[in-house]
Amino acid sequence: MAHPYIPLTQEDRKELLGSVGVTSVDELFAEIPAEHRDPVFDLPKALSEPELLSYLEELASRSTAGLPSFLGAGAYAHFIPSTVDAIISRGEYLTAYTPYQPEISQGTLQTTFEFQSLVCELTGMDIANAGMYDGASAMAEACLMACSVTGRERIVLLDTIHRNITETVRTYAGGRDIEVVLVPPSHASLTDTDACLAVQQPNFFGYIEDLGALSRAAHEAGALFVVSQDPVSLGLYKPPSAFDADIVVADGQPLGVPLSFGGPYVGLFACRAEYARQMPGRIVGRTKDLEGRTGYVLTLQTREQHIRRERATSNICTSTQLVALAFTIALSTLGKQGLRRMAELCYHKAHYAAGQIAALDGYELASNDEFFQEFVVRCPVSPADVNDALLGCGMIGGFDVSDRVERGLLLCFSELHTREQIDDLVKALGEIRG
Amino acid sequence: MADRDDFGATLTFDLSRPGRVGCTLPPLDVPEAPLPSGDLLRDDITLPELSQPDVVRYFTQLSQRNFSIDTGFYPLGSCSMKYNPRINEVAARLSGLADVHPMQSDETAQGALALMHGLQRLLAEITGMHDVSLAPDAGAHGELAGILIASAYHNSNGGPRRRVLVPDSAHGTNPATAAMAGFQVESIPSDTDGNLDFEALRAALDSNGDSVAALMLTLPSTLGLFEPRITQIADLLHDHGALLYGDGANMNAMLGRVKPGDLGFDVFHLNLHKTFSTPHGGGGPGAGPIAVTAALAPFLPAPHVRQDKSSARFSLETPEHSIGRLGLFHGNFGVLVRAYAYILSLGAEGLRGISEAAVLNANYVLTRLRDAYRLPYDRRCMHEVVISGSRQKANGVKTLDIAKRLIDYGFHPPTIYFPLIVDEAMMIEPTESETKETLDAFCDAMLVIAKEAEATPDLVREAPARAPLRRLDEATAARKPVLRWTR
Repeated sequence: MAHPYIPLTQEDRKELLGSVGVTSVDELFAEIPAEHRDPVFDLPKALSEPELLSYLEELASRSTAGLPSFLGAGAYAHFIPSTVDAIISRGEYLTAYTPYQPEISQGTLQTTFEFQSLVCELTGMDIANAGMYDGASAMAEACLMACSVTGRERIVLLDTIHRNITETVRTYAGGRDIEVVLVPPSHASLTDTDACLAVQQPNFFGYIEDLGALSRAAHEAGALFVVSQDPVSLGLYKPPSAFDADIVVADGQPLGVPLSFGGPYVGLFACRAEYARQMPGRIVGRTKDLEGRTGYVLTLQTREQHIRRERATSNICTSTQLVALAFTIALSTLGKQGLRRMAELCYHKAHYAAGQIAALDGYELASNDEFFQEFVVRCPVSPADVNDALLGCGMIGGFDVSDRVERGLLLCFSELHTREQIDDLVKALGEIRG
Repeated sequence: MADRDDFGATLTFDLSRPGRVGCTLPPLDVPEAPLPSGDLLRDDITLPELSQPDVVRYFTQLSQRNFSIDTGFYPLGSCSMKYNPRINEVAARLSGLADVHPMQSDETAQGALALMHGLQRLLAEITGMHDVSLAPDAGAHGELAGILIASAYHNSNGGPRRRVLVPDSAHGTNPATAAMAGFQVESIPSDTDGNLDFEALRAALDSNGDSVAALMLTLPSTLGLFEPRITQIADLLHDHGALLYGDGANMNAMLGRVKPGDLGFDVFHLNLHKTFSTPHGGGGPGAGPIAVTAALAPFLPAPHVRQDKSSARFSLETPEHSIGRLGLFHGNFGVLVRAYAYILSLGAEGLRGISEAAVLNANYVLTRLRDAYRLPYDRRCMHEVVISGSRQKANGVKTLDIAKRLIDYGFHPPTIYFPLIVDEAMMIEPTESETKETLDAFCDAMLVIAKEAEATPDLVREAPARAPLRRLDEATAARKPVLRWTR
């Protein structure tokens, strides 16, 4: 039977086979070893579009979504302007590929130039690339880049970085003889064999790191200072450039990207101009066409795998361009005022919640350090039990960090939480008895 | 197309006017807390200030300056620019999939995990391999995972091996990946038929043979040719204790016809954004799952989805000897949803229909173009055909010119100057998505251009004339890079 994705009719097939000079399609597969050709495939029968949709709807209903949630820990639900999905759904963006032919790819190229420009403004850095897979792989590539810039083979990471990020750095470093060590912020002293000191701001537990002191510790040892920073927090806090960062990375998800069970997201990657030729990934540059009109092209491609092969700065090819576009549209829509407003709302809601929870019997804040939108509370009972109880009240609690902080629960707040939802959370927490 | 003369000169930053806003946020309904102190607080940031219509019009006008599958034929070789079904977009936006948080407990994410487990099993069946990891975010990411697995496997089975062999026709990601994983990369030549030079492979293995970790092989090759000695190649590698890594960028040629696992591959990566119809997005997001043999399954990256036999519940786990984590969470879930929907909409019969139409279409293009262009290897092709513009080059018209002229005829050019071993290469992959009428229109244009290359070469050399821009000065862009907006 005909399939909607395959337009050739029986008549077309006959004509094509005749032109090619074969009697059956099977002849075109004759080079496949006969003993392995046409095995049995144990696959489900094809579903029609309505059958497929109802099956997927049923599958989707088996997960919990749409409840008030206080879960952050690396992925953040924020307001996504309606402009984002309207524009990234356009087939012209959605169904193009890497802009190898700039004359007919200015949409992708110019929006990527916008993305690079926004990342530079946000982080305060000189230059940025077109994006990496996510914040963790961006951090891993940043650390590897620090190794090639410094010629050193030891990566120092603060142990307050998201564990999924530090584990990704280990994987990337794993094939080479590069050592990866974790240190607490209080013991961030480096030696002249260390390539970089990498930190997360705010750190995994939500608290603000002392970027000035950490930067000095890195630079005194001749190492690079690498910062991974939440992009929304940059609406409120001074950028890493103010603390002399050499490479800044981030996961761009909080701006314009749905949670989508962890991906696709986009990694932001920015650095000092002098490292342009050591950066991984695609870079778009501005130029002119033959008639003097402004246009954009992929540039500095001699760093890349399709030119440099085994001497490339990275193997990255396809990245997450459409997600970078979502980030670009979200930030362009929020604009200067919207980003600041979003950041302040997160800050105020989180501080209100912290005050309310700290006042509950049996609860205390795990630290007095400054925080942005997340913080750790010590619970009267195990955080797992707290989360179970909260789920019973129709909300998703926080992230259980009791392996790092005794009875610690990491809670996250944003502009999407109403006071009523926060008060409901506080009330529910208050009803959990030790 | 936008009719402004110099559209590219104006960015959102230039359109910005102080005081414009593009959206509103809820009012503050809790007491204000004191803001961070002055040494932390940001005093200013330069971001565009645009109204909502400004945003929508700017990005819509820009979109019209893009060629895409939805607007035309896009025969970019090795990229499988096939139709991207819209039902898949609907699926990925279902709230129960799009709004699930990656750090939710497994118990509250059973639907998402069931989908991932289902896709792991479907891809294992399609590839004929033991198990699959969905963690890699793109083909090159899958390559990195696969080569790290090969490395870890050898380290725990007889000790480290330092060499990775790569054919001279390979994608650039293959040698780049091997180098990134710490291996020495050695190139193996192709023979006169376009196959891997078997004797050169044997020689590389015999010289210090127990030092070769793997051969990275694309099947069908980037020449669009099936490697007829594939099982002998696998046997030879295995005799030397080396592994066969499969680059599955060209899996569209084999869907439903042959299982890579049966041919002797130990690791095989898939590009869901190529073979399995997920949108290319202007350069991602993709997904690059890897399928492996039972011997390699314990080394798969984290996390992996398992189903408990007794309770039927799904959970995320770290395989016993895992190479570790590749990214922040569980892979590009939204892409996985689309690929899963695609496979379910096709079934075994539909998958076979895909490769049949893809291979038939490519051979039709080959047949129609073989007299006008040089065919470097006179064989039938699989899902893509590589031709050479060397004849036209003799007349002063390069492959780049032919590509640009195709733009004037309304087509996206094929992949050009790749594979590197074919002079003036054009790699044409029509996919299964096209009608005979479109294939004919494209071939007609190619034949006209071949004539133009003789009669009116300047017309071809000056192309494109009908694109939003003429050719761009890439040399200056690289020599004096302008990489961001400045005031």
